[in-house]
Amino acid sequence: MTTPILTVAGITKTFPGVRALSDVSFDVRPGEVHALVGENGAGKSTLMKVLAGLHQPDAGRIVHHGREVAIASPLDARTRGILLIHQELSLSPELSVAENIYLGAWPTNRFGILRKRAMREAAAAALEALGCDFGPDVRVGTLSIARQQMVEIARAQAFNANLVIFDEPTASLTEAERAQLFATVAQLRSQGVGIVYISHKMDEIFSITDRITVLRDGTVQGTVETAATDVDSITRMMIGRDLSSYFHRARADFGEETLGIEGLHVPGLVHGVDLSVRAGEVLGLYGLVGAGRSELVEAIFGIRRASAGRMRWRGREIPLPTPRQAVDLGLALVPESRKEQGLVLGLGGRDNITLPHLARFSTLGVMRPGAETRVFDRFRDELSIKTTGPDQPVGLLSGGNQQKFVLAKWLCAEPRLVILDEPTRGIDVGSKSAIHELIAGLAEQGLAVIVISSEMPEVLGVSHRILTMADRRITGSFTGDEMTEETLIGAVSAGPAALPSAAE
Amino acid sequence: MSLHFAALLRRHGLLVAFALFLALVAVQAEAFLTPSNVLDVLRQVSIIGMMALGVTFVVVAGRLDLSVGSMLTLLTVIVVDRTNAFGPGLAILVTLLAGLAAGAWNGLLVGVFRLNALIVTLAMLSFLQGLTLAYSGGSNVNVADGTTWFAAFGRGSLWGIPAPVVIFALSAAVLAFVLKRTRFGRAIFAVGGNETAATYSGIDARLVVFAAYCLSGLTTAIAAIIMGSRVMGAQNTIGQGYELTVLAGVILGGTSLLGGSGSIGRTVLGVAMLGFIQNGLLLMGYPYYVQWLVTWGIIILAVWIDLGAKRGRILA
Repeated sequence: MTTPILTVAGITKTFPGVRALSDVSFDVRPGEVHALVGENGAGKSTLMKVLAGLHQPDAGRIVHHGREVAIASPLDARTRGILLIHQELSLSPELSVAENIYLGAWPTNRFGILRKRAMREAAAAALEALGCDFGPDVRVGTLSIARQQMVEIARAQAFNANLVIFDEPTASLTEAERAQLFATVAQLRSQGVGIVYISHKMDEIFSITDRITVLRDGTVQGTVETAATDVDSITRMMIGRDLSSYFHRARADFGEETLGIEGLHVPGLVHGVDLSVRAGEVLGLYGLVGAGRSELVEAIFGIRRASAGRMRWRGREIPLPTPRQAVDLGLALVPESRKEQGLVLGLGGRDNITLPHLARFSTLGVMRPGAETRVFDRFRDELSIKTTGPDQPVGLLSGGNQQKFVLAKWLCAEPRLVILDEPTRGIDVGSKSAIHELIAGLAEQGLAVIVISSEMPEVLGVSHRILTMADRRITGSFTGDEMTEETLIGAVSAGPAALPSAAE
Repeated sequence: MSLHFAALLRRHGLLVAFALFLALVAVQAEAFLTPSNVLDVLRQVSIIGMMALGVTFVVVAGRLDLSVGSMLTLLTVIVVDRTNAFGPGLAILVTLLAGLAAGAWNGLLVGVFRLNALIVTLAMLSFLQGLTLAYSGGSNVNVADGTTWFAAFGRGSLWGIPAPVVIFALSAAVLAFVLKRTRFGRAIFAVGGNETAATYSGIDARLVVFAAYCLSGLTTAIAAIIMGSRVMGAQNTIGQGYELTVLAGVILGGTSLLGGSGSIGRTVLGVAMLGFIQNGLLLMGYPYYVQWLVTWGIIILAVWIDLGAKRGRILA
């Protein structure tokens, strides 16, 4: 057995009031892809930040290349060859690819002048080694997310990293980009680099990793060979119980049409979309990133202005609404990004829940705190949200709890139609199935539901009917037995949207 | 939990320093903490404070208003000049409307047309200066009738409390309620905290920002009425530099320039602290300019503390 590149032994990290990591040990061998999994709040981020030099552990040892080390700062980590590929990319959009690769460690001559040529060449070499289809002079802001991610990986290549940590790297990648990323991971691995791979997606973990370490509540539940285990046992280790049914589809009992859309057009973003959803129906909207799904529902909700289109709402023809009118009609849009679009992070849970419904919770313009607190209490109990009180800023909560507040905010006014845009992105398995159950429950109460998701099993699992989108158009509609992985993939890759081809 | 505690400690740190300062001055200058001096200081800060009330709404909504200084000048000239022309009643009405209009103009450009608040209100500062000179023809104006009831706002008193203090206190109470307890106030916090999320919640951010600027124009108009009444006249430079002092008071109180947090109570506290510090320095015999230098230090300190609290939150 080879000596590990990195061994972590008995790491403990306490934040005021929380023990984030407790006696955590694991190791990464050269040429190994080591998955780190766990529910949100299990301690993955903290552990990663310890390795990247962002946090100092309270106790425990880190042994790197056989020597005990203290990783003092991100720069220190980089010098040692430990690189973190962030979930939210840490690049400067205005700088070139080469300048970004060497960000903060630009090579200079003895007068402190940037050695541009040397930097360019080294960057070009790193990009070429990874098979990138862009050069070192391109401005990073003009690249797609996937290519920006390649820039970060090129950084690892350029600095001869021996340990690369990926944090949810495929969260915003298309299918093809994901395949390319995996090829790159395989390449790093064949160079003997150790890789820590953090992800919520089980299919990825089982297709590219060698070993899996499961964290729960800040402790290691175990490390297993990927080949010797399966999704169910990993899930059990993560949540400490069995997940009987991963997906739960609502009873098919449809009423009248709730929303009908005809010829909806947003210049450059949505082209001539027709759509209809009935009370009690869960309509899935599947497509690749950039297909126009979010733009479509934003136009329905009035956030984007449509240049053409007709809307029927519960049997009546109405003009396309503003967001305010949409809320008052009984539409609810649970947006894709809870931090940017969903919540005001500095406000408490109570104020966030009532934000779309201020009129309902006020008399002559004056808020009624009692009524607000009652609805807060109700949803805190119903959705079992962990928070210290109505005024605790939601920015301090975990992702899953934040998402629950976004849901509470939209459910508290009894909407007729709920649109959920990527409702389970970046949240853990346990919360995911809770949200799937919630979706089914809403439909069974007679609400119309539209679910946007990039996760095939999720769309297939919760929807009664699926519309596929590609290149900003609807490309197919499927029900019952027609809803299979093959038909969906066919429908989304038929359009000219079809993927930026993977570099081969 | 602990973050709140740390933030609280920081905030209290400033208060403790202020209390120490008060004690220090009180020992050195006997007159400092006498009721008459305290009322005097409060009277002096009431004009700045009045303006700061409206500016607090703008800042919590995540914007800035640097035009209030020259707006004060123009409105003071207007109220004095119109009092001579129409008598106080109509003059006050005209001034309030003019303040509202100036604020609405800012609000239109920043809120509705989404131009940069710093640039828009700086340009407005310059524009209003020009407008003042155009209006007054460059000469100072005085209230001709020395016996008019217009004098009451700046020089009168109620149960021994100077009228400006009474007006400021009442306005602060009303606006504290508006910011904390009403739909409008909640929308201000939401827009300042996360404009995108507010929009997704059906709140019209453009309208909210517009209204905040209107309010800022209105409170500046009230400040101008007090100012004109106290001086019984107006010079063309009377409000020069006030925009910075106002902003200093708001920041010192702990309202964040990033928007989304703050309160009227804090602003009142911030403005009062500035007033007592300046008064104390004068009583201790320091030359007038020293208070400007000290004000600089205090503002840097306040911003530093605000940033520190934010940073702590981000890292956690």
